[in-house]
Amino acid sequence: MANTLRLEIVTPLEEAYSEDVQMVVLPGVEGEMGIYPMHIPVMTEIKPGELKILKDGIESDFAVGEGFVEITQTKVTVLTDLAIGVEAIDEKAVERAIERAQSALRNAEALKAEEIAAAEATLQRSFVQLRLKRKTK
Amino acid sequence: MAANTRDIRRRIKSIKNTAQITKAMQMVASSKMRKAQGAALAGRPYAEQLNKVLVDVQRHADVTLHPLLEVRPMRRELVVVLSTDKGLCGALNTNLLREATAYDAQRTYFVSAGRKGQQHLARLKRRLLADFPLPDAPALRDTRVISKFCIEQFLSGKVDKVTVLYTQFINTLIQKPVARTLLPISPFDLPSAPKPGEAAQPGEAQPAKETAAEALDHNDYLYEPGPMQVLNRILPHYLHFEVYQMALDARASEHSARMVAMKSASDNAQQLIKDLTLEYNKVRQAGITTELLEISTAQIALG
Repeated sequence: MANTLRLEIVTPLEEAYSEDVQMVVLPGVEGEMGIYPMHIPVMTEIKPGELKILKDGIESDFAVGEGFVEITQTKVTVLTDLAIGVEAIDEKAVERAIERAQSALRNAEALKAEEIAAAEATLQRSFVQLRLKRKTK
Repeated sequence: MAANTRDIRRRIKSIKNTAQITKAMQMVASSKMRKAQGAALAGRPYAEQLNKVLVDVQRHADVTLHPLLEVRPMRRELVVVLSTDKGLCGALNTNLLREATAYDAQRTYFVSAGRKGQQHLARLKRRLLADFPLPDAPALRDTRVISKFCIEQFLSGKVDKVTVLYTQFINTLIQKPVARTLLPISPFDLPSAPKPGEAAQPGEAQPAKETAAEALDHNDYLYEPGPMQVLNRILPHYLHFEVYQMALDARASEHSARMVAMKSASDNAQQLIKDLTLEYNKVRQAGITTELLEISTAQIALG
């Protein structure tokens, strides 16, 4: 039947995306997954990376953080802590974030384990955004 | 005769200044409250999805075996107190900290987020394990530190139960201190069974409506890498998110309590100004009358 797939991307801050799309590529923990309509129901995790969307022949990209994905035949729901469209990425701001995180990590012994983890997570997320932005430019 | 006019004028001026400050604080609090409420609402869809995933995971993996759900005999308890950093918010902290004081000092460890709670617990010489800063607009990464600490304490066996004490936001006028058990996660707390049950009844009433696709949606999920791995990740995530939501609630409560407190302070100040102005006019008038009297008496005496 349907040749589209409902894609919903939800973050704690907002419902970042909710539209019918033809295909979506997810950065799964065990490698990239391309999802077409009528996919077998799957529950999986994603890692920070690029999420590609094909809608009406146009490809768009999102940078996503880690999270969970629920896939059914008609719907893909992405639960993640970060979702940002490629055009919304502010390269300068991301670069600054990377700098801050790196300088924080440089005197790592002064930090608590928690702060190191936070800085590393920021770094990881920032790199994902930057890579995506540079690629699409 | 009451105080002279200059004294009264000085008092009016000082009260006006105070009123200006409380009025400004009220405005700030109300805008912050709206933001905090907005943030709490924005998390709704996420919470719903997370619940859905949790419900389904439970059908595939025996959640009850998970260490985060392990119920142990209660020897030590950890209480997380989500209080405010600043005062001037009515009875909010008083009510909250009264609950905190009620815990048994011998077998309770405390973790505070917010300066008021920290000061209070330190004064009472309770066992404070850690203090976390809680910014005005908490982000998930701010509260994650707290929830992670709780999980570690629980899993290491140092405490057998983790409770979060926070102020629940009911509406602008009512905020209630609430103690919620965070760990061990009670299977009853996890969103589960009733939902599919409820869904089944309308489904039976009109089975024709359920399309093939929907039926397929109810199918079992394939888990990648496996149900247990997904569960291992999703339970801590659930906790992080719970604490985040509670922190947002606490913040929304704080701002609305402050708004109400500051509104009544401004109202009181206005009333005081009104009373004092009346008093001032009376004193002034009395002074004029006395002077007139003196002049006319003098005139009569001379004439």
